[in-house]
Amino acid sequence: MSIWEYANPRKFMQTSAWALPWVAGLAVVTLLTGLVWGFFFTVDDYRQGATVKILFVHVPAALMAVNSWLMMLVCSLIWLIRRHHVSALAAKAAAPVGVTMTLIALFTGAIWGQPMWGTWWAWDPRLTSFLILFLFYLGYIALWEAIEDPDTAADLTSVLCLVGSIFALLSRYAVNFWNQGLHQGASLSLAPGERMAMAFKLPLYVAMAGFVLLFVTLVLIRTRTEIRARRLRALEARGRMA
Amino acid sequence: MVELGKYAGPVLAAYGVSLGLVLALVWLTLWKSRKMRRKLETLEREMGLHG
Amino acid sequence: MIALLLRDLRLATRAGGGFGLGLAFFLIVTVLVPFGVGPEGGTLARIAPGILWVGALLASLLSLDRIFALDHEDGSLDLLATAPIPLESVVAVKALAHWLTTGLPLTLAAPMLAVLLNLPGPGFFWLTVSLALGTPALSYIGAFGAALTVGLKRGGLLMSLLVLPLYIPTLIYGADCARRGAAALAAGTPLLMLVAITLGAVAILPFAAAAAIRVNLR
Repeated sequence: MSIWEYANPRKFMQTSAWALPWVAGLAVVTLLTGLVWGFFFTVDDYRQGATVKILFVHVPAALMAVNSWLMMLVCSLIWLIRRHHVSALAAKAAAPVGVTMTLIALFTGAIWGQPMWGTWWAWDPRLTSFLILFLFYLGYIALWEAIEDPDTAADLTSVLCLVGSIFALLSRYAVNFWNQGLHQGASLSLAPGERMAMAFKLPLYVAMAGFVLLFVTLVLIRTRTEIRARRLRALEARGRMA
Repeated sequence: MVELGKYAGPVLAAYGVSLGLVLALVWLTLWKSRKMRRKLETLEREMGLHG
Repeated sequence: MIALLLRDLRLATRAGGGFGLGLAFFLIVTVLVPFGVGPEGGTLARIAPGILWVGALLASLLSLDRIFALDHEDGSLDLLATAPIPLESVVAVKALAHWLTTGLPLTLAAPMLAVLLNLPGPGFFWLTVSLALGTPALSYIGAFGAALTVGLKRGGLLMSLLVLPLYIPTLIYGADCARRGAAALAAGTPLLMLVAITLGAVAILPFAAAAAIRVNLR
């Protein structure tokens, strides 16, 4: 076993151990600020009433659901090209966080849709895309769980992530083609027309930052757990050989 | 207390579900992290390693 | 490579190869649908393209594990991986053999089953064309899924979980093409998209599948 086996993970463990309390603290503060601001100190929208408050969890969760997959894609690429173990483990660590974010986006969307659109669920392109994203996450996690050898699992899940990304993108366009939806346009787009008032935008930005920091915190902790699990397995293997 | 009007149910439900899911995820993450750290420390002590 | 194709075709069509099973499954699913939704002709005609597409998709999913599993068990996959022809072409040929033994028969059987579901007249042509051009994508995507799970003991269920989400774009365009055809609307756009997906899958996925097999054989 060469020193390089642990070189990068060790550095990662040191750096993340130092950074983790700061990121976690910042995440808690930002998240609480954003959500408390959004929940208690925003006025009701003239059309949506108090349900506009759901926005402050729905939009950041949806954002992180997609970004988490993007991060997994980047990590998979790094693993395939550079064989950087931490990268593969970070991708593994991000998947359950992404699933939770997707679920939050779906649930809050359904709860919001019931009074606003008069239905819990519509086969609207955006909703459908998130449901499909959820299925892709499930497959990815299931493949990680199914394979025992960690390097094989990392390789296969990375390939799945690449191919899955292509097909997830294809599905996005196919679903758009298949059904024109009733979902609001991009909440923060710069296009005139459906723009949000500053009173809603500011707490939303804070809540988004909170979700990003929460995601980073959780992924850091989970990656550390995975690195420890890997070291544990390596030590056990060494113990058996001795 | 903040005035939610007739939409109190949906808003509270949405925040409740989200907080529940996030807390469950945080708890699971911390629990697994603690378990793995303890296991590794035990093993490293047994094998006479440190660090 | 042609020898490999013939070998796979022979293995699939001889007794115990499961050649007829996919077709029988397709037939049974199609027969079960009216029991589920009622015998009313108008309803059946409306859902016929979708049912036939979903049925064909599930029928081709059933036989996917045969692409690599048997060869992996008896070790011939290791031989193929070290053979002078590239593994990518091996995958492409084996997926082609899978299509010839499942996708093609399903396409030919679909119009007959469409009669049972009361499909309107113009729908027959579009259904057959969309299946003929779409099922190759199912075989090649499926070969990728089979390659990912080839080393696993109980990979069948996991493979379904991995492959079915990848089938979504093909299903959407394929069924939409057949549906528009049945309603006598212009069906050219979804057909073009379907062809694009098929060509893309045939061109790219053998590389991904070959990479997965190499990892699994390591």
